[in-house]
Amino acid sequence: MVLTGAEIVIRCLQEEKVDYLFGYPGGAVLYIYDELFKQDKVRHVLVRHEQAAIHAADGYARSTEKVGVALVTSGPGATNAVTGIATAYCDSIPLVIISGQVPVGAIGQDAFQEVDTVGITRPCVKHNFLVRDVREIADTIKKAFYLAKTGRPGPVLVDIPKDITAQKCEFEYPQTVSMRSYNPVVKGHQGQIKKALQLLLEAKRPMVYAGGGVVLGNAADKLTALVRKLGLPCTNTLMGLGGYPATDRQYVGMLGMHGNYEANMGMHYCDVLLAVGARFDDRVIGSPAHFASEPRRIIHIDIDPSSISKRVKVDVPIVGDVGEVLGEMLAMLDAGAETNDQESLGVWWKQIEEWRRRDCLKFNQGEELIKPQFVIQKLWEVTGGDAFVTSDVGQHQMWAAQYYKFDKPRRWINSGGLGTMGFGLPAAMGVQLAHPGSPVACVTGEASIQMNIQELSTCKQFRLPIKVVMLNNRYLGMVRQWQEIFHGNRYSESYMNALPDFARLAEAYGHVGIRVDKPGDVEGALREAFQRKTDLVFLDIQVDQTENVYPMVQGGKGLTDMILSAEDL
Amino acid sequence: MQLPNTKTMRHVISLVIENESGALSRVSGLFSARGYNIESLTVAPTEDASLSRMTIVTSGSDDIVEQITKQLNKLVEIVKVVDLSESAHIERELMLIKVRATGKDREEMKRLADIFRGRIIDVTDASYVIELTGTQAKLDSFVSAIEPALILETVRSGICGVGRGERVLKV
Ligand SMILES: Cc1cc2nc3c(=O)[nH]c(=O)nc-3n(C[C@H](O)[C@H](O)[C@H](O)COP(=O)(O)OP(=O)(O)OC[C@H]3O[C@@H](n4cnc5c(N)ncnc54)[C@H](O)[C@@H]3O)c2cc1C
Ligand SMILES: Cc1ncc(C[n+]2csc(CCOP(=O)(O)OP(=O)(O)O)c2C)c(N)n1
Ligand SMILES: [Mg+2]
Repeated sequence: MVLTGAEIVIRCLQEEKVDYLFGYPGGAVLYIYDELFKQDKVRHVLVRHEQAAIHAADGYARSTEKVGVALVTSGPGATNAVTGIATAYCDSIPLVIISGQVPVGAIGQDAFQEVDTVGITRPCVKHNFLVRDVREIADTIKKAFYLAKTGRPGPVLVDIPKDITAQKCEFEYPQTVSMRSYNPVVKGHQGQIKKALQLLLEAKRPMVYAGGGVVLGNAADKLTALVRKLGLPCTNTLMGLGGYPATDRQYVGMLGMHGNYEANMGMHYCDVLLAVGARFDDRVIGSPAHFASEPRRIIHIDIDPSSISKRVKVDVPIVGDVGEVLGEMLAMLDAGAETNDQESLGVWWKQIEEWRRRDCLKFNQGEELIKPQFVIQKLWEVTGGDAFVTSDVGQHQMWAAQYYKFDKPRRWINSGGLGTMGFGLPAAMGVQLAHPGSPVACVTGEASIQMNIQELSTCKQFRLPIKVVMLNNRYLGMVRQWQEIFHGNRYSESYMNALPDFARLAEAYGHVGIRVDKPGDVEGALREAFQRKTDLVFLDIQVDQTENVYPMVQGGKGLTDMILSAEDL
Repeated sequence: MQLPNTKTMRHVISLVIENESGALSRVSGLFSARGYNIESLTVAPTEDASLSRMTIVTSGSDDIVEQITKQLNKLVEIVKVVDLSESAHIERELMLIKVRATGKDREEMKRLADIFRGRIIDVTDASYVIELTGTQAKLDSFVSAIEPALILETVRSGICGVGRGERVLKV
């Protein structure tokens, strides 16, 4: 069948079963938009800023097991998309981004709306392509989807010059891809897995540290089975939340800079650490030298060899897919008669329970000011712990991570690696489209929300009943916290004057806006919001301006050096 | 668990990469983005025109060089990577050096080129272009044997490397 390049692009998306395409039109992609118009399989979601298109595709991907797809025009369309692409890259999210480019003959001529998109995005994509011939479009898009979702996932960009979208060629969608230069390892090395299991069984103070890889690899069930079978304590990174059920007794909470006391102590003092799909980030282990000061043996399962022994030397590296490797471990356990040292494990658990009794997340909700922690606790109660929660970046993000107990994977959607303010609302759009009828909350701050607030308009157009839970502290709270602790209370530019009346702003966009000032009104407002099944409800919740996120490990310090409350300052 | 080994060593990394536009910038971009040292880089197509062979001279601690090879392997267009310095290998570099060749220096330049088994490939009244291949060290010592004022231009290719014996890096 002979088709134009633009028809081929749309046919490829249909072949890949893309149901939503997030995008924004412009000159270089007009032929593609024309073809979109003529069909109804791929539904286009018109955002109000290209950054939001990428975040929405990203939220869609994180909350499903699918690839998120976005379409932007050349020049400013592509540059606006860059923050979104980098956000997805840092958290290993599978996306395919199609960008328009000036005609082949105009490339390099400083043409109107020409930028070197492939050059600009090269450091923040898993891979990218510039298609120079209409006959290469189908093959390239097939490869893009394959690359995005296999191995360590990531965004892949396909840059398509305008002229070739109008040219014609024979179309056939390739059924398979093979690339001699790309063969990710899936199965783990048997010998290494055996060694790892042996080490784990011999451990006196074992600990499981699970990250985003468990969520990305859809291995939460296997992780949970292994952890339960061996009675191990388990901690999750910010990206791994929901990878192990948070309400389970064996869960010790998130670890890291704002991690739980018992999680950080356990991480530091364990004798065998099983790291699963986690990358020993600087926000997780603090100073590598301090972390290395306590002897322990480390098993590391990761699909990306470059994540292993990057910041911390590992004793038993296992390259492979988490699901495959954990599955092997479970099978070996079932086959063998060995068990772990119950007595030592009992002593270790006693120690952990003692740490847990510090109750590091306790807070005092008084009569006057609304505590942000209280809002998240109520959000968890009101939604029965079963909502999709997206977040922006700052203190509110950390409170959401600490106080919303995620029992399932793909429910917690946030920008961890890049920490992109403005992520929350557009990501929630992608989540809501992927899960119509499910409750979706966007926890945000009054600063973050303003970085993509224009998307309230998109939410109206596509009838997305997101619940925006804004913890309004009238501060760039996370910045203010650091200034309080490290810069002698000099709040340089972290206070924002002239904030809008957010409830009325939401109303202006055609939504429901509610302002909450008193602790007693929080639960009622949340209940009302979630009862309004078809409305977007924007809750402007005035919270205690001076609240800080604790526990806190100062940058560069050791995991055991935690500030647990204001009294420690 | 140990702390990283921080002793810096020179490494010669050889790789086979798809011969596509942009592939070179992925490699050079990787080195600059991650702050890896790059001393020289040579690249040209192989007997199979769809593939290029690249030799990179870098330096770093064992941990850094391990990361360099892992990160290179991760680039989608790279087919194979080896650290040649891990075993017996051969390195060669080509130099074209233009020197002043007048008066007594003319004879001296000729003699020096002979000693180093160089070839004079361009001659004028006042200058020679000498072609010399060898290890980096040999080229360095040739350059230092010449009085600096007599050197008009030096052009060096950077190193090409290959493993000794039966070991081959092939797709
Ligand atoms: C304000 C702020 C504060 C933060 N504070 C904290 C904090 O206190 N604690 C914390 O934990 N984080 C915190 N972060 C997040 C932190 O910056 C990192 O993003 C996060 O710790 C990384 O999580 P991860 O190690 O799980 O890795 P991810 O970035 O999720 O990486 C996943 C890993 O799994 C691997 N992988 C992917 N798929 C598979 C598969 N199928 N099989 C095997 N392996 C796979 C990947 O190769 C990668 O190595 C904070 C971020 C912000 C913005
Ligand atoms: C795009 C972007 N710019 C700057 C920052 C740095 N930053 C991190 S948190 C923060 C403040 C966020 O304020 P707000 O959204 O009100 O959240 P709060 O911390 O008050 O809960 C800033 C400026 C960032 N993460 N992203
Ligand atoms: Mg704020």
